[in-house]
Amino acid sequence: MAKVTFNTDMCKGCGLCVDACPKNCLAIADDKLNQKGYSPAYMQYEEKCIGCAFCATMCPDCIITVEK
Amino acid sequence: MAVVFEKPKSLTDAPFHYCPGCPHGIIHRLVAEVIDELGIEGKAIGVAPVGCAVMAYDYFTCDMIEAPHGRAPAVATGIKRCRPDNVVFTYQGDGDLASIGMAETVHSAARNENITVIFVNNAIYGMTGGQMAPTSLPGQVTQTSPYGRDVKHCGWPIRVSEMLATLEGPEYVARVAVNNVKNVKNAKKAIKRAFENQIEGKGFSLVEVVSACPTNWGMTPKAALEWVESDMLPYYPIGVYKDRSAGEGK
Amino acid sequence: MAERILMKGNEAIAEAAIRAGCRHYFGYPITPQTEIAAYMAKKMPKIGGVFLQAESEIASINMVYGAAAAGMRVMTSSSSPGISLKAEGLSYIAGSDVPALVVNVQRGGPGLGGIQPSQSDYFQATKGGGHGDYRMIVLAPASVQEMASLTIKGFDLADKYLMTSMILADGTIGQMMEPITFEDAEIKTYDKPWALTGTECKRPHNVVNSLYLKPDELEKKNFERYEKYEQIEKNEAMWEDYMMDDAEICVVAFGIASRVAKNAVMTARSEGIKVGLIRPITLWPFPKAAFEAVSDRVRAYVSVELNMGQMIEDVRLATKCSAPVTLCNRTGGMIPSPDEILDSIRNAQKGVL
Repeated sequence: MAKVTFNTDMCKGCGLCVDACPKNCLAIADDKLNQKGYSPAYMQYEEKCIGCAFCATMCPDCIITVEK
Repeated sequence: MAVVFEKPKSLTDAPFHYCPGCPHGIIHRLVAEVIDELGIEGKAIGVAPVGCAVMAYDYFTCDMIEAPHGRAPAVATGIKRCRPDNVVFTYQGDGDLASIGMAETVHSAARNENITVIFVNNAIYGMTGGQMAPTSLPGQVTQTSPYGRDVKHCGWPIRVSEMLATLEGPEYVARVAVNNVKNVKNAKKAIKRAFENQIEGKGFSLVEVVSACPTNWGMTPKAALEWVESDMLPYYPIGVYKDRSAGEGK
Repeated sequence: MAERILMKGNEAIAEAAIRAGCRHYFGYPITPQTEIAAYMAKKMPKIGGVFLQAESEIASINMVYGAAAAGMRVMTSSSSPGISLKAEGLSYIAGSDVPALVVNVQRGGPGLGGIQPSQSDYFQATKGGGHGDYRMIVLAPASVQEMASLTIKGFDLADKYLMTSMILADGTIGQMMEPITFEDAEIKTYDKPWALTGTECKRPHNVVNSLYLKPDELEKKNFERYEKYEQIEKNEAMWEDYMMDDAEICVVAFGIASRVAKNAVMTARSEGIKVGLIRPITLWPFPKAAFEAVSDRVRAYVSVELNMGQMIEDVRLATKCSAPVTLCNRTGGMIPSPDEILDSIRNAQKGVL
């Protein structure tokens, strides 16, 4: 069981976390805009998450916290 | 549940001004993680460059100074010679370190100045809008090489790590990349080593980080990291080019 | 009484700097000031200080920038072409409000020029040199004794006002030997809470920086800096009056030129000409008060300079064109003879301009 939290309003929607996830848990919320005007990343399939923190490792904006 | 990954303490709350997908943020974080792990936040003094990372002084919680273009190693030398017990690092891009500041780079390395240099090589001038850098690849299209870098006209890109490794002076010179998880983890190890060397008084340690510039390369962040693998790394191979303590050099 | 010793001008600067508490020197060799570096190279390692020969003038001024930001009394020295290279760093030091002492033992220019004494960097020193709105305190010694005393003064003013003090000397004073004494001057130290020392995790981080991307913030910063400059103009101008009590002709000269001019003034006095000399010691701030005090009486001014006429512009501004100002000059490393200056004084007396 792992928990990934996004500081969504700081996300720039670059998608590097989405590409890094080995379990394809993450996605970009194309239908949403955050405070900065970007479509942010979000956890789509939490149940598949293994807490590897690859997403956070590749996030250029330090907006991801991972708990396990 | 325990936290296994969070923003390091040595970064301020200021949001990075970098473009979406710019690996500067990753490299800043790696430096901050190393500062946290070595417990040197209170002793560290950082030197920011001119270029995209000019406002690095807003992002690190340690004391910071902003140097003139290319002069960061000289500024760092001045600080370190005054305060040898502090941990002094520079954070510089390819235009700053390998073009206008090449003399400062080479001579601080030759003196084995006991500082840590983080050199971000993304083969382009980012801040000014995508001009040719001393590390732009042959044929690379930039604003000032619109037909591709013609090496007959403007010369060849400089492999800084290989060049510095020919000097007697420096303690440690390594090239890493931040284009995937494995490389990011290895990059952190090299950065940590470069700081440890300074703490142990071993001398000049430079980590060249091969990075990307999605905006000025005209690519998506994902495609830019793929281009690092396919085009940058063949010209700029990852590796340890000088490691005096380990008796290594390529 | 303090001991009198025979010293070269350049060495007097170096020794005075050490006595003022300077323990960090960064420089690059250039004639005619290299004795300063040589003296520092010999002395600094013995007193726990740092002498470092940099790879260039540019690197050395940036080492000064770093050391100043780290809170140390620090200096560099050079001569004219080298100061041009340092101009970038001087601008950053001004924009970051850190203190430093920079010595320019001038030689003839422009370009590589020559290696003989000159005063042709007056504009560069007093009007800028680097880019942007800024000033440096410019001190002009006229003797080996003043090379020492103004160096100590320069460090104090730099720390007091957080800016660069420049010693604007010339090759003659740098190279000549005179007996001097080092008075046991009280060296004041200043708190530097802004310095880069490491936070020790006990305070917010200090940032030394000259970048202000918001124009209103940069304007505010420049306004503040100019308020400081105004205080300096009010409080720190220094000059010497020589035979000015009843003078109707006023010779204006600084540095080595003032010594030749004094000779000419004495001779002219023996001819019955009521002439005196104002010797600016601070070139910035320019000692305007010296001219205001005599403007009712003086009929003509003679500006004596080792350049094509640079200080003369400040003399005209300071006198508000109340009387004609003529130029008596040599350049390129040449020095006017007392007779040449005497002729200028006689012409001024006769109203020949």
